[in-house]
Amino acid sequence: EKLAARKKRKKEREALGDKAPPKAVPKTIENQRVYDETTVDPNDEEVAFDEATDEFAPYFNRQTVPKILITTSDRPRGRTVRFCEQLSTVIPNSHVYYRRGLALKRIIPQCIARDFTDLIVINEDRKIPNGLVLSHLPDGPTAHFRMSSVRLRKEIKRKGKEPTEHIPEVILNNFTTRLGHSVGRMFASLFPHDPQFIGRQVATFHNQRDYIFFRFHRYIFKSEKKVGIQELGPRFTLKLRSLQKGTFDSKFGEYEWIHKRREMDMNRRKFHL
Amino acid sequence: SPQVVWDTLGNRQFCSYKITTKTQNFCRNEYNLTGLCNRSSCPLANSQYATIREEKGRCYLYMKTIERAPFPRRLWERVLLSKNYEKALEEIDENLIYWPRFIRHKCKQRFTKITQYLIRIRKLTLKRQRKIVPLRRKIERREKRREEKALIAAQLDNAIEKELLERLKQDTYGDIYNFPIHAFDKALQQQEADSESESDAEKEEDEEEDADKREFVEADDSDLSDFEDMDKLETSSEEEQEEEEEVEKKASRSKSKGKTPLKGPARRKRPYIEIEYEKETEPATKTKAA
Repeated sequence: EKLAARKKRKKEREALGDKAPPKAVPKTIENQRVYDETTVDPNDEEVAFDEATDEFAPYFNRQTVPKILITTSDRPRGRTVRFCEQLSTVIPNSHVYYRRGLALKRIIPQCIARDFTDLIVINEDRKIPNGLVLSHLPDGPTAHFRMSSVRLRKEIKRKGKEPTEHIPEVILNNFTTRLGHSVGRMFASLFPHDPQFIGRQVATFHNQRDYIFFRFHRYIFKSEKKVGIQELGPRFTLKLRSLQKGTFDSKFGEYEWIHKRREMDMNRRKFHL
Repeated sequence: SPQVVWDTLGNRQFCSYKITTKTQNFCRNEYNLTGLCNRSSCPLANSQYATIREEKGRCYLYMKTIERAPFPRRLWERVLLSKNYEKALEEIDENLIYWPRFIRHKCKQRFTKITQYLIRIRKLTLKRQRKIVPLRRKIERREKRREEKALIAAQLDNAIEKELLERLKQDTYGDIYNFPIHAFDKALQQQEADSESESDAEKEEDEEEDADKREFVEADDSDLSDFEDMDKLETSSEEEQEEEEEVEKKASRSKSKGKTPLKGPARRKRPYIEIEYEKETEPATKTKAA
């Protein structure tokens, strides 16, 4: 009967000709999304002031160069290790270190002493990476993500090469709310500020319905209106689980945002990032 | 009497504490000393029996004697053992002084085992403990499905391409790519209206003439930086050689001159402008969709 209704509507439209009402826009989840009052307005002064004074200010003022430490949970399996290596080629100025059973709370002061700006811990379960803890070191926010659908470089269908050493560009898509904004800045602070356009590499963090998709491409401008992209580098999707104000501390930390399953998953049209 | 109890429960009929496996019989009774179902280790079938049990980290010696057999409430007598290992062993000895050897020996063995595992517990709690969080299948499935739908809705490739083109338009790349025709036209508009209209017209018609015109115009600008950019562009193109495909020359030309795929004659007319690049790596095809 839906088909019949549609046919009838089409006939009416044709019958009316020019006077037909404009075509209805189909409803998508993005259209129907519950309005989030924390959406960032580009001209919002308060937000701008906050950003100027929060923990990423030294990065955005170009005072600090990002230096990243990537590590895993205990006893990483092969897949995780390879993923860590690939991730370290994607992010410039990053180092991979084995965990060897060290407590996070103890390695954090050491990292700060050695001048690292960010710490990434990839948590593993059943031989695949499934969680990511990203913490900005000199007392910065810590974000805990659930990672899914990780594809290593050799599993991506392409015939390209590895990423070069050039600093990639960063694209952050769709981070609208305050929370999304701060998460986006966290990601941006991983990469050095001045992308080398010679490298023509771009790392994308695309947020869609609270899932953050990470892709790493090489682009080439075929003409003015056409660009070709070729995917190289690993890909994964993240879902934010919690955001903590200070560095990693599960018991005494002050949580800025936790994903509460009961309340937040109820509504299918409400997203937080 | 204990013999009767064993004959009924232990060997023949049903004992609810007994667990049989292929090779062994186990006894589930909490007061059992060894854990196996034997004539000598069954707390029900022996009227004189002793066990070690621990509660909240402290060990107790439990004893059962014939005299208290009719009083089930007072049946098991409990003695707290000292925390010191040797002293506790002495205490066991003095409490079970005239008892059969088997029970004494097994009590001490059990006590040793218990203290060992208590030590281990204390050591482990100091180290980092892995918290095991159960996954919930329904939620996992739900998340997975939502992620797929979000992926489809995201249309990542399109979004990335759009963003890159936006950045190109807003000149974030500066002068590396020489074909922002619109921006170029705007710049020209400010300077000379004629050349701008010409380049517009030329765009659709002959490309080689346009190239000439461009050359002409650039020279006209008398902007040395433009020439430098050309050089820079050529050097950068060299670096980018690894990405070119078999249609390589075309691509490189289009990159530097910003034209849609060139026709034959246009290509032949161009050589005096550009340097031929010999350094070619294996052809890598560019695909829009990964």
